Amino acid sequence: MVTIIDYGVGNLFSLVSSFSYIGEDAAVSSDPGEILRADRLILPGVGAFGDAAEKLRATGIGDAVRRAAADGVPLLGICLGMQLLFDSSTEYGVHEGLGLLRGQVRPIGGVIPAGLKIPHIGWNALRFTERGRECPLFSDVGEGEHVYFVHSYYAADCGDSVAATAEYGVPLTAAVSDGRSVFGTQFHPEKSGDVGLRILRSFSGIKKGGSD
Amino acid sequence: MITKRIIPCLDVKDGRVVKGVNFQGLSDVDSPVTLASFYSDAGADELVFYDITASAEGRRIFTDVLAEAARRVFIPLTVGGGVSSLDDFDRVLKCGADKVSVNSGAIRDPSLIPEAAKRYGDQCVVISADVKRVGGEYRVFARGGREDTGLEAIEWIKRCVGSGAGEVVVNSMDTDGVRGGFDLPLLSAVCGAVSVPVIASGGAGSVDDFIRLFKDVPGVDAGLAASVFHFGQIRIPDLKASLRGAGIPVRI
Repeated sequence: MVTIIDYGVGNLFSLVSSFSYIGEDAAVSSDPGEILRADRLILPGVGAFGDAAEKLRATGIGDAVRRAAADGVPLLGICLGMQLLFDSSTEYGVHEGLGLLRGQVRPIGGVIPAGLKIPHIGWNALRFTERGRECPLFSDVGEGEHVYFVHSYYAADCGDSVAATAEYGVPLTAAVSDGRSVFGTQFHPEKSGDVGLRILRSFSGIKKGGSD
Repeated sequence: MITKRIIPCLDVKDGRVVKGVNFQGLSDVDSPVTLASFYSDAGADELVFYDITASAEGRRIFTDVLAEAARRVFIPLTVGGGVSSLDDFDRVLKCGADKVSVNSGAIRDPSLIPEAAKRYGDQCVVISADVKRVGGEYRVFARGGREDTGLEAIEWIKRCVGSGAGEVVVNSMDTDGVRGGFDLPLLSAVCGAVSVPVIASGGAGSVDDFIRLFKDVPGVDAGLAASVFHFGQIRIPDLKASLRGAGIPVRI
């Protein structure tokens, strides 16, 4: 059973539909108690980092997610949800994230070559790091397979936690993992066709503590 | 590297795909849900659902069909046609759309794009412009190409992007339906004027037209077409293989 966290940020229709399509149980919840008891958690999100971080704080959902993650509950952050796993972001001022992964979220405009469009939008190929190749989330995904991105910020200075990058003039962080049970994808698995569904299916099989 | 996108467009009226669909071996071929699945399996990078119904009943059927497609197809979906208010955005986003394209609605109400961008983000708002040459300038047309708005197209598109549109669909009325290739001069002009993704529409007749599009106007991010895909004149796997052969990055 996968619990999709609803904290009023973004549209959950496709995420819920994709789990139902692959035959995995998924429920939507905004209750910190339910989040603490979940088998697996998905932290989605679209929009601005500051607003989202504030909603996580104000609702108590952020604390529940941190406690569940500390307890080894598999957690997958998607897009803004991945960015929120980090220490902080510089999107419209400096905002604190959940601090589950070391690093800072910054504008891609600061690192990509001039002339490339912002946001980075469309299908791009995954290049796995050693951590990514060992990551249970990607056990069913090959090097160079394409996934769908829409973002203007990226996770920087996150060293060891990078599981995959995508080339956009420079390698941008595409997926992250703490090497245990915290995962994040900058891309949208629920919009990445068959590759994305394989990733969600793999996530559904990850057990507490991180083994698959 | 980011790939060039191939986007089939489905014109939907009263819950069925119109503009003629002719596929061998596909039953219920004018069902938007069947066709969306077919295109997704064939390698389409994105789909556009264009609502050409006028009635309230047709609207309701359209959103039902959209939701059904979004439950089975997991690639980005853009919805357009008759979008004139934030309620319209809300209605289709709740049914699984990822992006919403506005056309006449943005001309009638200049606040629509900035308000939608503020509520849903720039990435969600697409400006779709029907453009035709009139007296030596590019003009924007409204109401499905029936009304000359008098607006100069490049300035209009720039203004829409400046107020929050995150993507542009350029539909050339001069090349649309002719199948003689995309409108490369118009597309070059748009790409030179804006820094958001540009989707070319109108004029695709052959695989070579797509190759020429991406070679001659490198700023174009995607090619959109309807009937050449619906009638099977261009098969998406063949198109993508040819694009890759020509050195154009595509997802296969």
